[in-house]
Amino acid sequence: MSSLLEVKDLVIKFGLRTGDVTATTGVSFTIEKGEKLGLVGESGAGKSVTGFSIIVLISKPGYVADGHILFKGTDLTKISSEEMRNIRGNRISMIFQDPMMTLNPVLTIGTQMTETLLAHNPKMSMKEASEIALEKLRKVHIPSPEKRLEQYPHEFSGGMRQRIIIAIALITDPEIIIADEPTTALDVTIQAEIMDLISELCETEDMGFILITHDLAVVASVTENIAVMYAGRIVEKGRTRDVIDNPQHPYTKGLIKALPEGAKGSNRLNQIKGMMPTLTNIPDGCAFNPRCPYVMDICKTDEPSLIQVKGMDTQAACFLCKEEVFTNE
Amino acid sequence: MFAFIIRRFIQAALVIVIISIIAFAIKQNVGDPVRAITGISVSAAEREAMRDQLGLNDPVFIQYLRFSKDALHGDFGNSFFYKKPAVDVILSKAPATIELVFVTSLIVIGLSIPLGVYSAIYPKNLFSRFLMGASIVGVSIPVFLIAIMMIYLFSIKLGWLPSFGRGELVSIGGWDTGMLTLDGWLHLIMPSVALSSIMLPLFIRLIRSEMMEILESEYVKFAWAKGLTKHRVWFVHAFKNTLLTVITVGGVQLGITIAFTILTETVFQWQGLGFLFMEAVERADASLLVAYLMFVGIVMVGVNTIVDIIYGMVNPTVRITGVK
Ligand SMILES: Nc1ncnc2c1ncn2[C@@H]1O[C@H](COP(=O)(O)OP(=O)(O)OP(=O)(O)O)[C@@H](O)[C@H]1O
Ligand SMILES: [Mg+2]
Repeated sequence: MSSLLEVKDLVIKFGLRTGDVTATTGVSFTIEKGEKLGLVGESGAGKSVTGFSIIVLISKPGYVADGHILFKGTDLTKISSEEMRNIRGNRISMIFQDPMMTLNPVLTIGTQMTETLLAHNPKMSMKEASEIALEKLRKVHIPSPEKRLEQYPHEFSGGMRQRIIIAIALITDPEIIIADEPTTALDVTIQAEIMDLISELCETEDMGFILITHDLAVVASVTENIAVMYAGRIVEKGRTRDVIDNPQHPYTKGLIKALPEGAKGSNRLNQIKGMMPTLTNIPDGCAFNPRCPYVMDICKTDEPSLIQVKGMDTQAACFLCKEEVFTNE
Repeated sequence: MFAFIIRRFIQAALVIVIISIIAFAIKQNVGDPVRAITGISVSAAEREAMRDQLGLNDPVFIQYLRFSKDALHGDFGNSFFYKKPAVDVILSKAPATIELVFVTSLIVIGLSIPLGVYSAIYPKNLFSRFLMGASIVGVSIPVFLIAIMMIYLFSIKLGWLPSFGRGELVSIGGWDTGMLTLDGWLHLIMPSVALSSIMLPLFIRLIRSEMMEILESEYVKFAWAKGLTKHRVWFVHAFKNTLLTVITVGGVQLGITIAFTILTETVFQWQGLGFLFMEAVERADASLLVAYLMFVGIVMVGVNTIVDIIYGMVNPTVRITGVK
């Protein structure tokens, strides 16, 4: 049986005037029904483009140059745009980062909710659609939803808007939700509240959930699996607990050390030195080598591939890791 | 919303008061009202007596109040040339200009919206590129040049269109309209095309750039992510927001269009307010100038107030809070 979602060797490029630049290389991961996966990494690592590629909505001039995105066995990069439109927002939904910018200022909440249903169910009546919208608003704990349907986005706070966006994402009962930094733009006091709401809804609806964030602490508290991205590559992936407790890749180790609780007061000391390379000057060999405290000669010439780490469930792309050798005896 | 409308009306009234002060200043400085009544063959002493009688030696403030009181009753004095109340002259010429501006607006709105939206959706398309090039050329060619080129081509060379005047008119309740006869329409074509030649390229570019910016916005991206059809994303999500800007700018541009009617009407001998204005300037017909200024001022303030109210109705942010 095929997985709910399987991303295989995804290569995303941006066609710039000066030539193509590669934003992600060989990104692979799978998620199953009810599974929560965290996609983490520094700014520019390629998390968002990977997320958008799943709904085939990479902003121009980006495009999927190679690889497959299999949704229940169907390759989303190969289907027609109308077929894709019917999956997007219907079976795979997305939650955006900034709730202040995500809703259209001149349309009522009701319109913005029901139009999603009507776009995917042309035969549905407006009345039915409004009923469903009300039900979803209740699910995300919006008080007096009947009145709210008639209102415009500017009448809501940021937290309320993000709840509405979650309700819109849920309105068609999708199988996968992709959330791109869903709490970064919110007030710290309500971040946890919104995160809990999303994660709880994913559990009750048994959806697959991809959480894109640079916040390891959030990933640790919400997801069971994790993929760490660096310069467009997945450098480590495995169970969230394993990776956090026992990171294999030096980059992941650095990220964890930089977490406030690992820092014991002065976390600035524990930031990884240097900057992630831009897409146009990714170094030869391992992309992380200029910043790596354990750098070896081979790191500067050869690129490590993602291997199963000996004695663990984790995969990492580092020459320091010993590969698990499976023997058929 | 009600408070918002009231506030807009108060602002409009203030602007009209300011215009009236300017108009009054012109009246004080252009022409001699005594001459307008008597002609030249009157002695200096008689003139002075007349000035007293007319209140021209009163303090300026008193004179302004008298001017405003008369103006409120639609009395701007007699036109020195037409020997009729200036307001009557203005009202008899207004339909010509109103019809010209109306047809021009139809051309501008009717073409700029589809063309602007199209070139925003397909910016790289050959036609869009052509349109952008053409619109630059369009804005940079002066109106009178376009007018003269059209007259040369369509009137002189081809003989298809009449080059001056309004043609056959039908009078309906004192309103002389050229829009009910074929001849009237033939006469309308060139002046209105010439007049739209400024606004049309500007509007196409405005709508295009505004719409392109909105198409890049997060909420449009989210609309795509919801799996809406492209028509819904373009014409409901993006266009409705584009319209907000176009409405505001449109109100302002209408004022500029009125300024250009003076030029267009002169070239095409179009017997409207612009033509009248040029005549009045040449003849230093102060009452007529003042009446023109007040009329155009009130029309423009009126249009802008209506535009703001429409804007308030389209934009939910204004509707609730009453502030822009
Ligand atoms: N339209 C574009 N044109 C060219 N390059 C782009 C474009 N959009 C993104 N990129 C590049 O692709 C890379 C990945 O971007 P992406 O937005 O996926 O990063 P991210 O991991 O989501 O970072 P962040 O945490 O800042 O959101 C970045 O280096 C970025 O510069
Ligand atoms: Mg991002």
